[in-house]
This record gives sequence, C-alpha cells and structure tokens, in this order.
Amino acid sequence: MTVTAKPSTGSTDTGRLAAREDLVTLTIDDVEVSVPKGTLVIRAAELIGVAIPRFCDHPLLDPVGACRQCLVEVPDAGNGRGIPKPQASCTLEVAQGMVVKTQVSSPVADKAQHGNMEFLLINHPLDCPICDKGGECPLQNQAMSNGYGESRFTDVKRTYPKPVAISANVLLDRERCVLCARCTRFSEQVAGDPFISLIERGALQQVGIYEREPFQSYFSGNTIQICPVGALTSAEYRFRSRPFDLVSTPSVSEHDACGSAIRVDHRRGKVMRRQAGDDPEVNEEWITDKDRFAFAYGRGEDRLTRPLVREDGVLRPASWPEALDVAAEGLEKAVAGTRGEKVGVLVGGRLTLEDAYAYSKFARGVLGTNSIDFRARPHSAEEADFLAAAVAGTGRGVTYGDLETASSVLLVCLEPEEEAGAIFLRLRKAWRKQGLASWTLAPYRSRGAAKAGTTLVPTVPGAEAAWLDSWSAATGVALDAGSVLLVGERAAGLSGTLSAVLRLADRTGARVAWVPRRAGDRGAVEAGCLPNLLPGGRPVADPSARVDVASTWGIGSMPRHEGSDGDEMLVSAADGELAALVVGGVDPTDLADPAASLDGLERARFVVSLETRASLVTERADVVLPVSLMTERSGTFVDWEGRRRPFPAVLDAPNAMSDLRVLAALADALGRPLGFRKPEAALAELDELGPWEGARAAVPAFGPGEPARPGRDELVVATWRMGLDDSRALANEPYLAATARPAVARLSPATAAAHGVEVGADGLVEADVTLTNDRGELTLPLVVEPGMVDGAVWVPAKAPGRSVAEHLAVLPGDLVAVTVEPHVVEAAPRRAMPTDPITDPAVDDQGEGRAHRRDGDTGREAAS
Amino acid sequence: MGLFDPVAGFGVTFRTMFRKTFTEEYPNKPKVTAPRFHGRHQLNRWPDGLEKCVGCELCAWACPADAIYVEGAQNTEEERFSPGERYGRVYQINYLRCILCGLCIEACPTRALTMTNEFELADDSRTDLIYDKDDLLAPLLPGMEQPPHPRRLGDDEQVYFLGLPAMGTPDERAGSIAGFEPRPVNQGYENRRKHKDLGGKPKPQDQVSSVQANESNGRLR
Repeated sequence: MTVTAKPSTGSTDTGRLAAREDLVTLTIDDVEVSVPKGTLVIRAAELIGVAIPRFCDHPLLDPVGACRQCLVEVPDAGNGRGIPKPQASCTLEVAQGMVVKTQVSSPVADKAQHGNMEFLLINHPLDCPICDKGGECPLQNQAMSNGYGESRFTDVKRTYPKPVAISANVLLDRERCVLCARCTRFSEQVAGDPFISLIERGALQQVGIYEREPFQSYFSGNTIQICPVGALTSAEYRFRSRPFDLVSTPSVSEHDACGSAIRVDHRRGKVMRRQAGDDPEVNEEWITDKDRFAFAYGRGEDRLTRPLVREDGVLRPASWPEALDVAAEGLEKAVAGTRGEKVGVLVGGRLTLEDAYAYSKFARGVLGTNSIDFRARPHSAEEADFLAAAVAGTGRGVTYGDLETASSVLLVCLEPEEEAGAIFLRLRKAWRKQGLASWTLAPYRSRGAAKAGTTLVPTVPGAEAAWLDSWSAATGVALDAGSVLLVGERAAGLSGTLSAVLRLADRTGARVAWVPRRAGDRGAVEAGCLPNLLPGGRPVADPSARVDVASTWGIGSMPRHEGSDGDEMLVSAADGELAALVVGGVDPTDLADPAASLDGLERARFVVSLETRASLVTERADVVLPVSLMTERSGTFVDWEGRRRPFPAVLDAPNAMSDLRVLAALADALGRPLGFRKPEAALAELDELGPWEGARAAVPAFGPGEPARPGRDELVVATWRMGLDDSRALANEPYLAATARPAVARLSPATAAAHGVEVGADGLVEADVTLTNDRGELTLPLVVEPGMVDGAVWVPAKAPGRSVAEHLAVLPGDLVAVTVEPHVVEAAPRRAMPTDPITDPAVDDQGEGRAHRRDGDTGREAAS
Repeated sequence: MGLFDPVAGFGVTFRTMFRKTFTEEYPNKPKVTAPRFHGRHQLNRWPDGLEKCVGCELCAWACPADAIYVEGAQNTEEERFSPGERYGRVYQINYLRCILCGLCIEACPTRALTMTNEFELADDSRTDLIYDKDDLLAPLLPGMEQPPHPRRLGDDEQVYFLGLPAMGTPDERAGSIAGFEPRPVNQGYENRRKHKDLGGKPKPQDQVSSVQANESNGRLR
C-alpha cells in the first residue's frame, strides 16, 4: 500500500523542515509516531508497520468508511476521552495525543474486525476456485489473517444472476461485492464517468449502472484492478489463468505518449493481461483501457513471421540472409552516385528511443540522407522547426507534478482524454484538489474538458494562432510563469499555431510542453528522426553540430542539406524522383492524404518495409523484414515530459529481430556497420553524444494562418483522433472496441438551425450529417452541441469505416460542404448519446439519470 | 569370534524357511492394491455426464512436481461442459513428473479429481505419458452422456451439489448405475494381452458403457 502522508511541496530541505511544523504525535499500539496533520489513522499505523485490514480504503480515493473492516479501538481521542465504540481508522484523522489500539494490541479491535469479516462473508458466495481474483484477493487474504475459520451462518445465501456485463469490458458479479464503493468512487472522482453507482439499500444494496448510459469510460479497467474482491472482472481475461501462473514484468505502455507504467502478466510465452503499474510521478495507479486491454494486436493472421521478397510482382517468403541481401542491393543501387539524396526513411512514431536512434544513424551514416521523418500523421515544416527549437534535447520539461501545481493550464489542439489519458487524469485531479484553472482552444467543450473543469475558448480550427496572439486582451485571462501551455500534435496542421504558442510563452513566461499522441514520438525527436535535426537536438544546418555527430560516429562527413519531410518523400516517390524508401511502422491511413501516400509507395522504385504485421505498406514493399513485437524487445520510451521510461523485454524470444537489430544487419550487408546491435549499446552511444549545447535552431516565426472563409453551405472541419477508434492497435480485441464512443458529427445549435435542423423538445435530433468535398463524402449521425462554435463541424478523425482522411483527405481547418438529412426513424442506426449527464445537468434534474437496477433481477433466494 | 557366530549369520535364513511362502504373482496375475492406494488420477463426472472440474487450477498450484497443467474457460449455453460458469478446457497430467503424492486431490474443491488404484502407467514415449483430459475423464456410467450438453439435473449448478445423496450412497439421480462394471485395473500380463490390439494406453473411453442417457433417466429433478 502506498503511504500518502501529504506530499511535501518542496523537495529542498527547507521545504521539509517547513512541513514539520504541523506534525501531530499520537500513540498507536504503544508506539509513538509523528505524522503530518490530516493523516488518517490507517496510514499512520502503516508507518509503524501495522497493517490494519481494509477494503474500501484506497490512498488515491477519498475516504468513505464503507466496509467497516478497519475498526480500531480509540481509548483516547486526543481530548482525554475515549471513543466508546471501535472506529473506522480509514476515516479517522489523527489528533495530538491520540491513543489508538489496533488488532495487534486490542482484543476489542480484533474481535470487531473478526466480526465484521464474518458479516462480509455471510452473503459472499465463497466461489474462490472459479473467481478470477482468487489468489490475489484482499478478501481472501484478510479473511485468512483477520477472520474466523468457521462461519456461524446457516441460512441460505442471497444470490443474484451473474455475471452482469456492465460494459463490454467489465463484468459484475454482485454476490461477491462487499460494497466498498471503490469502483464507484474511482469512476466519480478519478475518471469522472459516474455511470456506475451503489443502488438500493440494506441487504439488497448493489452496484448498478445507468440504464440509459452504458459504462463507457476510457478508464473502466481500473475498477477491475482496484476491486478488492472478484465482483468486477474483465471480460477479456475471464477464466484465462490464475495469479500463480503468471509471470509479471514491469513495462511501459506503448499506446500513448504518457509513458504509463504497466505490468505485463504472461503465461507460457503468451501475454494474458496487463495491469496498471504504480508510478506516483507518472500515471499514479491508473491507466487507460487501451493500455490495459489492447495487447492482442500481434496475434492475428496478419502477423509477419518470415521475411518476404518481391519476385515477379509477388511477395514470396525468403530467408533472412536472402532478404537482407536483396534489400541491401536495392538500397545500394539507390544510394550509389547520389550521395543519398534519392532515398528516404519513414520511421513511424511507435518505436523506442533506441530503435529511432538506429533509424536516424542508418539514414545519416549508412544511406547518407537527411530525408528521415517519424511523423506518420499530418505534419508541417513549422512543426519541424518548432520541435528543433523548443522540444529536441531539452530534457525533462513540464512534468505531471507541474500540472498539479501549475497556476493555470492552456490546452492548444489537445484533447487529453482522447489523446493522452494520464494527462487528463492529472488535470482532473488538479482541478478537483487544487481548483486548477484550465482553458482549451477547441470548437466545443468535450466531455473530457468538462470533467477536468476546463473552460472552453470556442475556436474554429485555424483561429488558434489569432487567439493565442491576442490572448490576454481577448480573454482577459492572465498567464504567468506558473502557467503551462500544453500543445498537441494536431497544431502542426494549423499554420502559425506553434509559432503563436512560443510567442505567448515568451510574453507571459509560461512553460510549453508538446504532447504527441504516440509513444515513440518524443523519443524519435530526441533521436533526430527529422529532416532538420540530428540526435540530441542538433540542427542539421549547424556545421559544428554535424561535425560533432560525425566524430562520435566515426564517419567522414554528414549529409549537409536538410532532407525532405514525410509528405515530400512520398510525393517525390510518386514522381519517381526518390529511388528507394525505408519504411518503419507507418500506417498510410494515418497520413493527411492516404490515397496519395499509397500512390507514392506504389510507384516508389524500391521499398523496404520493417513491419510486425501485414499492412498497406508491406503490400507495396519490395522487401518486407518482419520485426518483433514490443513484448519481445527491450528499450526506452520518452514520454511527453521528456522522461525516459525504460522497459525490459516481457517475453524471451532469442531470435526476435527488433528494428534496431534489422537495421544493424542491413547496415552490415551494405558494408557500413551501424556500430551496435543491441539497444543498450545504442542508448550508450546516444548518451555519449548527449544533448546539444551549441546554438539552438531558430524559433519558428509564422504569423497566424489565413482563416478559412466558408462559402455557402460550407463549414470548417474540426477533428481529432478518439481514444478508441479504428487504430490497428485494437485488433483482435473485440471487447475493448465495443466500448468506443459512438461516431457522431457535431454542430452548434445555430449552425444546425441554419442547415434546417429542428431540435425536438427533448433536445434530440434525428438527422445525418454529410460532409462532401471533391474527394468524397462522409456521413455521420448528428448531435447538436450546445456551446459549440458556429461555422464548424466536428467529426471523429478515424471512426471505424469512417476515416476523415480516407474519405475526405481534409485536415482540421479545411472546408467541406455540409448537408443535413433528417433520417427515417425505422432505418436509424444505433442512436448516439445525445445528451450527456456531465455537460447537461438537466438530465439529473429530471430524475432520469438516476441509476436503475437492471431489469427485474432483484435479489432472490437461493434454490433450495 | 564365537563358536556359533557363523551359524547365527544364517538366523534370518533359517527363520524364513519355516514361514508360509509369500509370493507376489503380479504381473502373472492381477494385483489388488490397498483400497486407498495412490494410482492414476481420474476426473469425475456428475451423474448426467457433465464434468465436475471447474478448471480452478488449485491442483496445479498444490502439485509439488509441477506435473499438472490446466486452462480454464467459460461455458456457454450452446456448449456446456460443467454445470457452473467455468470448466477446465485443458487438463493435463504429466506422469513423467507426477509423484502420486495426492496433494492435488486434497486441493480439489469439487471432488473432480480423485485417484484410482491403477498403477500400470509405464509407457514408452513422452507424449503418451502426458495424459490429456480425455485420458483422465471417468468412464461414462449409465445415465451419463458425453459433454457438451445442457444441464440434465436442474436449472442451475446449485441443484447439482445441493442434491447430493448421503455419504456412501451412489449418486443415482440420473438412473441406476448398479449394472455398471468398472474396467479391471492392474491386470498385469492380462491387461497387456487385452490391450495389445488397441495400440497405446488403455483409455477410459474404450470402456464407454453402451447405455446412453435418454429422456427418461436423464431428466431427473
């Protein structure tokens, strides 16, 4: 258990000394202990090594005293008088001079705990052998340590039908529940998705869900992990294995740039489940459902196991030496005589720092080109300049802790709940505990923004830069040196935004953090996987930086000119200017224009693909080199803070070829060795190189972009990626995909009215929105969003089968023609959630949002 | 050295000469073990043929030799192997490792795993000595049918264990099993001769009773 004596605000000695002033001294089990004021007795007891049994108590949740298991005797409450009956130590704050006797020294407390345990077990089914929690269950353990061996209960136990699926991921078994309210408190306090609640009273009290609202939270998996009994279990892990079968490896999630600590449990070479790790500085004890459940993506038929070589237009399996030789021959031909100007390297954003460094060195040192780009998404030259000037080689900048203590936070082109779950949880925590003020430049106030108390600055995409440049005057909000600007990767597509962010930071002294979506993005920046950057934040344009790198690498010269970025590479590949492409984990459908990208790959003369699974790239590649999954390789992610997150290989796969290992082999085949074959050596070399201490690249100074001028029936597109969407990482995981939020298009009431939408009295609309441009069209059900900015239409970027890029090839800020078509009710697809209990408190007032028990399964007597 | 010392050395010899001869005739004749002899395991069934094993892996946990491997899975209404939610999808005992200590059957919460008296486990290949679930499952008695099939004894799994007869009486809720002859075990050469034609180890399924559950005896309440 984590000891949460109040965190000292300063890490310096003076800070600690200052905090000592409000220490409270009390006696627990005849041991005197001094703890900060406000500490709970249960934690004070932990400090002297006494573990009081508990179920409802959780250090990261507000105390509730629901389970009554932690009863202690209090002979002196600090005022000279004792409390006559045993008290719940998880809700009792310490007081000066208090005397507490736990089960260790007090027969009264011990008996109270034993009695309560007997009580909790009365209706417990004792089906531990078939329970997924069996073997790691606090109820099981504490019934052994603090319970009677025998029950005196002879009646029939209360039973319920089971299990009840409260979401596609989470199954509820009400018989096992001890009503500790951890799940409901987590959902309400931490995640802010109160779709689960305790209902009924007395013996029939149980966990219930809102009938109208499924338990669709991005964080629902955490309730499974913190459930102290087996009442909440995972549909995906159900009956898969027992705790004693599992080998646990601490790791880091590969699904977003948050660097969340996870624990990977595997059995016989197969990952069975993933749990949240415990890292108070990063993700605390929470992870997103994607981090938790999406690990089966490498188990499909599409997993590549052998190298493939194209022969007569068809890919055929080949041996590693043959495939490497063919790849080396093709690359050599492309490089020969051109000094590497005709090759390009697309890295993808999902790699470790070491792998990215291998790509960077491979491009520069082996192929002799600066045409390398990790950005497998819409990007711009301004972004490359921004990364070179403000991100690369800056080390650890704004941290999660800084978010909590910040005076204010401004979110630019970032939806933390969808794009960076751990940041969202921190912002919500800071808002709940410290009243953190935050603003977001977004077209509408998303559910995530509402849950983090974020104020909306209604912004049509494209107008961000203008807002930022006139921030204080326009909003009347003063940012100061304690403020944090979080800017998302989407800002790349909106010209001038990143420059304006830096200008605003410069004016106000606020700190800037760049939050990408993918786990490998920040690491790739550090490794120099950009056309204008060398490793460690060294600008390509700076001759001394080039010399610095060249001398460490022991090569004669570095390519001198800045290379092409990803889009340029694919365009020149389509034009036949590029002779060869080396492509890492890039999904062309993530790029701004998938069709053009695929065309580029199709027409490129020679494509080498390093992939884990068959993809649109491998279909068009000349040589496919299968690389290992993340579970089979060790390495380091760099999270958005700039914090290194090293992780070991989970599964022992001696023949696994990571990207780094494949590139090393390829470099050997080309006769210009990379100099390392293992991640440790690569990291050591990168560290030897160190961050750049010379002059940094110039800050980009783009003015605000020209705002789009919508014509008749035209609207500005606003879009971002949802936390769960048509991502390839969700493959083979149907339960998780089923909890994705429904794909809808959003319009403001005024815009909707201008398009002839009549909003019913209940706020519901039955209409479809169709977005059209010269590339195609996209239809989604309409939701009218109160408070949304006029003149824009929001759509999810990559809903399954409805990808904005694939259908329309537009970016946020572009224009599309929009028509609204009321749809026939019979043919209506599944209705999207029209109103939201959080953004729309009226629902609660009508009493409709109240939790209802699922139809008719009241507690019934066991079959006799 | 005394006078009688060389003779005394024959003490045991002379004493045994005048005792009744004790000859173990196994394998020429079948061997009858002590009733609680720890022999080959058996996975028991409910009277309707559903499996008692719930795949809880407690046997595997208890095993000091790591000889048992179990994977659980979930029953569905279409495909039901045990009365409750969970059943053992994979059940293997590796008799190259098993020391027949019996800790597994003590650990079993459902009496699914018990031990028979059969000790004739020798074989000549590794694969054959890893017994799978179909090798270990008890033979189908009269009234039993091979899972998967729906519950025949009642609507939920509680009926199965709450309706058990008193200790020592056979569970005949799915019909009388009086006529059933168990397969003789520990037959020595007899056994070998008998199973030579079958090839490989004798399987309980080879002894499947011809009496299958029908509507009249399979639907008892």
